[in-house]
Amino acid sequence: MKFRAKIVDAACLNQFTRVSNMIAKLAKTCTLRISPNKLNFILSDKLASGGVSMWCELEQENFFSEFQMEGVSAENNEIYLELTSENLSRALKTTQNARSLKIKLTNKHFPCLTISVELQLSVSSSSRIVTHDIPITIIPRRLWKDLREPSVPDSDVSIYLPVLKTMRSVVEKMKNISNHLIIEANLNGDLNLKIETELVCITTHFKDLGNPPLASENTSQNRNPEEMAEVHIDIKKLLQFLAGQQVNPTKAICNIVNNRIVHFDLLHEDVSLQYFIPALS
Amino acid sequence: MPLLTQQIQDENENSLVASLDNVRNLSTILKAIHFKDFATCFATKNGIKVTVENAKCVQANAFIQAEIFQEFVVQEESVTFRINLTVLLDCLSIFGSSPMPGTLTALRMCYQGYGHPLMLFLEEGGVVTVCKINTQEPEETLDFDFCSTNVINKIILQSEGLREAFSELDMTSEVLQITMSPNKPYFRLSTFGNAGSSHLDYPKDSDLMEAFHCNQTQVNRYKISLLKPSTKALVLSCKVSIRTDNRGFLSLQYMIRNEDGQICFVEYYCCPDEEVPES
Repeated sequence: MKFRAKIVDAACLNQFTRVSNMIAKLAKTCTLRISPNKLNFILSDKLASGGVSMWCELEQENFFSEFQMEGVSAENNEIYLELTSENLSRALKTTQNARSLKIKLTNKHFPCLTISVELQLSVSSSSRIVTHDIPITIIPRRLWKDLREPSVPDSDVSIYLPVLKTMRSVVEKMKNISNHLIIEANLNGDLNLKIETELVCITTHFKDLGNPPLASENTSQNRNPEEMAEVHIDIKKLLQFLAGQQVNPTKAICNIVNNRIVHFDLLHEDVSLQYFIPALS
Repeated sequence: MPLLTQQIQDENENSLVASLDNVRNLSTILKAIHFKDFATCFATKNGIKVTVENAKCVQANAFIQAEIFQEFVVQEESVTFRINLTVLLDCLSIFGSSPMPGTLTALRMCYQGYGHPLMLFLEEGGVVTVCKINTQEPEETLDFDFCSTNVINKIILQSEGLREAFSELDMTSEVLQITMSPNKPYFRLSTFGNAGSSHLDYPKDSDLMEAFHCNQTQVNRYKISLLKPSTKALVLSCKVSIRTDNRGFLSLQYMIRNEDGQICFVEYYCCPDEEVPES
């Protein structure tokens, strides 16, 4: 098993740091999957801890100037490792003004992801290297099957998301009042966020958001455009997802499977993020 | 738009309808008295008074005059209800507590009357939030019987003069002692905490002192835990009037200028903690 990669471009470095910050906000520990063409940050919570799952994908060639890897075997040319996401984002904190970043799989008494940041010193042309060893656990082959890319369910309603910042402040306030929230949408471009408690009912209506064309042939094509599909979810999980979004994505879609799951599909330039929140039982 | 038509139909049935172009002209004032969850609202054709009380010893009132609203209609002589202020404030700031400059949240508030919820319609950038807040049986509020004819001492200060003093009050002291006198030390704030006593004197001719009318030396103590919440009003205000009456009751009136330059008032009443022999 081998992995080493290098980023030299400042914009790529910035973007990579942003991704790792976002991951740190979304998941405490996550799985990093390394394959010849892609990097994936994966979260798949057990149902007991909320059942949220995340699938974040980066095309390696959009970020790395050098990328070498050798998986567990020739047929299974992949590496799965588990790490504490904050360790990665903390290690990348020093990358503003960095000349380059090297990531390497090492074994220093225990398996590590070694991050070396080459810092540019402003005064001279000399540089300094800061190295972080992030402890990791290699995930054995037999557990890989639990970490497959989640299949996107056939949704009842698919809708473009509004400005995430507005959505975030609404959900933040709603969280002060209620533990769960109803997210509902229809094929007429309407999306509502609702909470209902003994004290108060609050509904925020977003209009004219537009619905992306449906990918699959299914019953929703005959669906009444006014009819809402809804999911009751844990408000904290939704807020966690929204709080992780620092920049507005180029594309943001919400897919709802009535009373089952809500699936968010975001695209930030070179990074795609899928986030699944199951319905509360 | 079923939402809007419903709104118009209900118009005549409402005992209170109020609209505001900038919701913060209301929420800011309410934050100044938010030290308990529940508040009582009284609306008359002159405006809305919101009252919060604690321990039967302190009362805070916020006045939002009818002129602050772009539309203000009260069908009955007076409309009274009790409401959860924490929830109301969360609703009013649903689009964010510090929105981006240039974006205003508009508010329309309707109340059909006894037993009905308070309805809020908030709009920012085309997004509409509808809140239905349940109201409760109004409770009798305290009458402090604070009458200007019984006022012994009165001082008007620029708020910045008190701001630091109040935000750094020694909370290990149980009381805040206020001395007002025609003679030295004129106006003194004292605390008696674990680390010792502290006295803060304001000279009568200080630039911060806008008015000084003290007729008689009064030394009164107030529970510091009851007065501390008034700091919320103090930080928002530009001027504060401090008055005590013949029974040692304290009245603090705060003048607050909103984002449109209009003036609103918030007042705190507090009863004295104990009698202190005059020195």
